[in-house]
Amino acid sequence: MEHTQSRDACWHSRHHSKMAVCIAVIAKENYPLYIRSVPVQNELKFHYTVHTSLDVVEEKISAVGKAMADQRELYLGLLYPTEDYKVYGYVTNSKVKFVIVVDSSNTSLRDNEIRSMFRKLHNSFTDVMCNPFYNPGDTIQSKAFDSMVSAMMVQAS
Amino acid sequence: MADDVLFEFLHMEMVSHIYKDQASRGEMEKDRATCVSTLEGMGFRVGQGLIERFTKDSPSFKDDLDVMKFICKDFWINVFRKQIDNLRTNHQGTYVLQDNKFALLTQFSNGKQYLEEAPKYLAYSCGLVRGALSNLGMDCVVTAEVSLMPSCESLLSSSSSSFIIYHHTTPNITDTTEMF
Repeated sequence: MEHTQSRDACWHSRHHSKMAVCIAVIAKENYPLYIRSVPVQNELKFHYTVHTSLDVVEEKISAVGKAMADQRELYLGLLYPTEDYKVYGYVTNSKVKFVIVVDSSNTSLRDNEIRSMFRKLHNSFTDVMCNPFYNPGDTIQSKAFDSMVSAMMVQAS
Repeated sequence: MADDVLFEFLHMEMVSHIYKDQASRGEMEKDRATCVSTLEGMGFRVGQGLIERFTKDSPSFKDDLDVMKFICKDFWINVFRKQIDNLRTNHQGTYVLQDNKFALLTQFSNGKQYLEEAPKYLAYSCGLVRGALSNLGMDCVVTAEVSLMPSCESLLSSSSSSFIIYHHTTPNITDTTEMF
């Protein structure tokens, strides 16, 4: 959907803070089930970022295994910050990983907002899983899932 | 509650439909194995989806025993409205789940009359458990055994089913149908 330039500017400055630049869903075998990034030209760079974040995810998962029982959370927190981006991770009980990449300049994005984004992702993913027409292991091609992700991503300028 | 019985009827119809379907195509010999694997396959896919929904809000599991306890309590309650009555393990990857009044077999008459037919009605549930476990990261072989006890005492529950789960640390690709 195209907005006019002037509307764009104020809309962005108000809503930019709640948005991600890249969202990915990774299967338990570590291949992507779904990956969306904005702007589309930098897609390869985001693929690479998500791929490298998987190592950190694996580290965190195995660390939790040895840690105390009360730390068994699904939300993994900030995985690692690069100079431009911050990468957050979340792993479900079925070992499916969600990765959200946000702009480093987004200082207003709080931890519990990221958690609620992951919550929404998890809920939509569960719905996709329960869809009888979806074969586990396939890429996700659900419109409902797409629109939920679009609502969480920075609008393309 | 009426809604509980809906699935029981659907399940009975599912089993009879699959068998009728195969029978109409002739060749009675190898039908048994295909019917059982069809039902098991259906259960598998449903188990995968169900477990995603059930574990959405629970913390991650510590180890395999934790997973099995979840299956015996929360999962069994959500699907069959009761818990597993007995869980035994040899701590080397084999688990035996015993249900003294398996929900999908309560409609059978007591005694040994329909003992041979029972495996058909357990295939779906075996698949359900296998799908749930596979999505939680445990690749297993799930088989079921039934020993219908004659009801010599009027208050005794009549059917006792055991689900046997073999979980090996190295993936073991075995066809569960040959167990039936």
